[in-house]
Amino acid sequence: MAVLFYIAALVAVLSTVLMLTRLNSVHALLYLTVSLLAVAVVFYTLGAIFMAVLEVVVYAGAIMVLFVFVVMVLNLGNRAVEIERAWVRPGMFTGPVILAAILGFEVAYLLMRTGSFTAPAAPVGPRQVALALYGPYLLGVELASFLLLGALVGAYHVGSRRAPGRMDGSGSDRIRVTAGGDLVRAGADRPSRPA
Amino acid sequence: MFALGLIGLLVRRNLLFILMSIEVMLNAAGLAFVAAGARWGQADGQVMFLFILAVAAAEVAVGLALLLRLYHRFQSLDADAADEMRG
Amino acid sequence: MFHLLWLVPALPFAGAAILMLFGPRMSRRPAAWIGCGSIGVSAAISILIAWRFLAQPPAGGSYTQQLWTWMSVAGFQPGIAFYLDALSLVMMLVVTFVSFFIHLYSVEYMGDDEGFSRFFAYMNLFVASMIVLVLGDNLLFLYLGWEGVGLCSYLLIGFWYTDPKNGLAAQKAFIVTRVGDTAMALGLFLLFHQLGTITIQPLMQAAQQHWAGGSPYATAAGLLLLGGACGKSAQLPLQTWLPDAMAGPTPTSALIHAATMVTAGVYLIARTHVLYSLSPVAQTAVTVVGLATLLVAGFAALTQDDIKRILAYSTISQIGYMFFGLGVGAWTAAIFHFMTHAFFKALLFLASGMVITSMHHEQNIFKMGGLRKELPLAYWAFVIGGCSLAGVPLVTAGFYSKGLILWGALSSPRGSETLWALGVFGVFLTALYTFRLIFIVFHGPCHHKPSQKTGMTMGVPVIVLCVLSLVGGFVNLPAWLGGHPWFVNFLGAALPATAEGHPAFGELASEGLVSLALAIGLVAAWYFFLKRRELSEWLASTGLGRLLHRWWYNDWGMDWLYDRLFVRPVGWFARANKGDAVDLVYDGAAAVTRLGWRALRTTETGRVRWYAAGLLVGTVIFVMILALL
Repeated sequence: MAVLFYIAALVAVLSTVLMLTRLNSVHALLYLTVSLLAVAVVFYTLGAIFMAVLEVVVYAGAIMVLFVFVVMVLNLGNRAVEIERAWVRPGMFTGPVILAAILGFEVAYLLMRTGSFTAPAAPVGPRQVALALYGPYLLGVELASFLLLGALVGAYHVGSRRAPGRMDGSGSDRIRVTAGGDLVRAGADRPSRPA
Repeated sequence: MFALGLIGLLVRRNLLFILMSIEVMLNAAGLAFVAAGARWGQADGQVMFLFILAVAAAEVAVGLALLLRLYHRFQSLDADAADEMRG
Repeated sequence: MFHLLWLVPALPFAGAAILMLFGPRMSRRPAAWIGCGSIGVSAAISILIAWRFLAQPPAGGSYTQQLWTWMSVAGFQPGIAFYLDALSLVMMLVVTFVSFFIHLYSVEYMGDDEGFSRFFAYMNLFVASMIVLVLGDNLLFLYLGWEGVGLCSYLLIGFWYTDPKNGLAAQKAFIVTRVGDTAMALGLFLLFHQLGTITIQPLMQAAQQHWAGGSPYATAAGLLLLGGACGKSAQLPLQTWLPDAMAGPTPTSALIHAATMVTAGVYLIARTHVLYSLSPVAQTAVTVVGLATLLVAGFAALTQDDIKRILAYSTISQIGYMFFGLGVGAWTAAIFHFMTHAFFKALLFLASGMVITSMHHEQNIFKMGGLRKELPLAYWAFVIGGCSLAGVPLVTAGFYSKGLILWGALSSPRGSETLWALGVFGVFLTALYTFRLIFIVFHGPCHHKPSQKTGMTMGVPVIVLCVLSLVGGFVNLPAWLGGHPWFVNFLGAALPATAEGHPAFGELASEGLVSLALAIGLVAAWYFFLKRRELSEWLASTGLGRLLHRWWYNDWGMDWLYDRLFVRPVGWFARANKGDAVDLVYDGAAAVTRLGWRALRTTETGRVRWYAAGLLVGTVIFVMILALL
């Protein structure tokens, strides 16, 4: 089990690094999906089976589908890779890497100071999680549902073609001209505009 | 992994990559919660992961909608293009 | 019956609120009904309460209606409470009754005015505030009413606000009385600080217990309250606002600036009489202020040519009599004079309003003349009011009240022959200026034909006030007439009786000499202003006469003095400090802020990654601090 845990963790970190360094967004997405699936395996080894399922269904499933969908709508193609090549240079990584490394060391130091790692206690089952969710965290559940509703409405409003303001109209015309391709038409030109 | 997400956020100019980095960061936080919950045998960690899941879903929905609008507007996924509100 | 007491101020207040909110959309008739009706009902309730008060006096001679606690801060608990005793009952009756008739009169007088409902809203608010002032159980509540009447006075003086002169007069009244109000507020602070309460009756008892006679605290409190009273009642150092206050509509002058508000100072001093009894210095100050005012204003009234200004100076002078009475310890006499003065001075103002209306708003008495035949009602009202003002013996109310004050000045241990003689000289002056006014306006050649006649709504209040000016004094017939001093005995429950000293001569002789002074004044007025008017004109044209005339005409140069003493230095300072030295500090702060803004705005790049990097750096530092601790 422990071996599985370390392998999965290594896969997750590696695939994340690879995701970050990809120029093509579709490739990056695939690496991200791999990373998420690896995290799901980590959850499984930690005993959180239900969480592992959710990780696969929601993250690797629903959220990734959203990303893929957006990438298809944008239809970036080879030109985007060229642009990315101009934007992403190895030198740019130094600053953030140093900062992040400092942060990582600090957190690790704090964790070390708190206490040593021991073998995990008995795994926490879905039953306990559900009881906690609808017991002390009921208010949190309600708030989360509000948040999701708000996100739904917000996403619909922001993404709507008929959004108010000067973004309307001309923008949607331009996308058709610049980003040709049948997929774009199929995705972007939803039947919202009667010809 | 959180640190990796952070690096991605800072390095990439592409909004799509920034959003993905944020996903990674959220996921890392969730992982930390679940790991801590498993370590101390508490259900709270997994509850928190569920909340993070909800937040991530909401964030992705709104974030991608914003991304679409920005692309319509600027014909680019450059995060620095939208710097009209600089001081 | 007493529990209806709260309605007496509440009804006029409700009327004012309704008229303020809905007045502009209301036609004149309902506005008039609300304006007069609320006061009328309030007056009726006052009469009912007075009836009950006389038939079955409440225990201890007073009744307190505690409505609720206004605020409660560290032992300081002023209540919204009404205190009714003989003194406040008399004040309340007079205020509501006179107000009602003046309101009735205003319905016709203000009939054509654009601000009809506004006028009634202000007047109702005034009546409510005045009753609060009179019935207030504690000094703070009294102060609320005190400021309320001040506000209404300001609003009504500047009622015709399109003329800047009226606005200036209103401001003057407000600012000058504010000087007195500040003194009064300081007095309240002193009383509360020293005695720990602000409710009037416990306060008075505490003052009696804690302060010995002649205590410096009592003197200071008495003098500060006297300052407030001087401001509100237009007494000597602060009297300059009242003549200018005549810029307001005439019913306002009658109600606020003659009958009720300006006597608030008298009420205040009578209410806190314990302080003055404790402090001979403060009481002497009251005497001096009253006596000086009554003489100064009497001389000033002699030279005025505006009909309302003459009456204004006469009001100042009569309130001077009241202060004089309070000062010599004739408390009840002063309140008696307040009542009769409210009747005859309101009458005089209302009658002058009739004259002014029919003369097309001409107020100069030298442009009038011979109006006796044209305006019989106004003429007789003036004769009756003037006689009462001057104190024609036996038949008028003013005779009894003024006689009582002067008798007090002679007989009380605080009085003296000199004070009495000066008071009697004031009677001579009063008669002189009153009949000068009547003779010039109503007798002699007729310059202008008056135009319009006045109707019943104006006539009835005038007639009622005529009757009251005549019979109002019979409630207190002196003993030498075989009568019963009923009014004085009634007030005896609330105010101490006038102490008996060793008068040089009897009351009858005093009244006789007063009447003699009055007769001399009357004859002099007749001779100088009717029979041989050129004689008075010649007198005014001699060098000394011209000087005195100019001096008195300009109110003894008080305005000039205040202008030099206060207005100009303040104006000079304001001009000199135009750049505002203090502002430099704030300008400096603004400059520093602007510098900081310049520095910080460079960080606002509008780039999301830049902000994220900032967040990260902050987190690193924060966690570092956490790790190092």
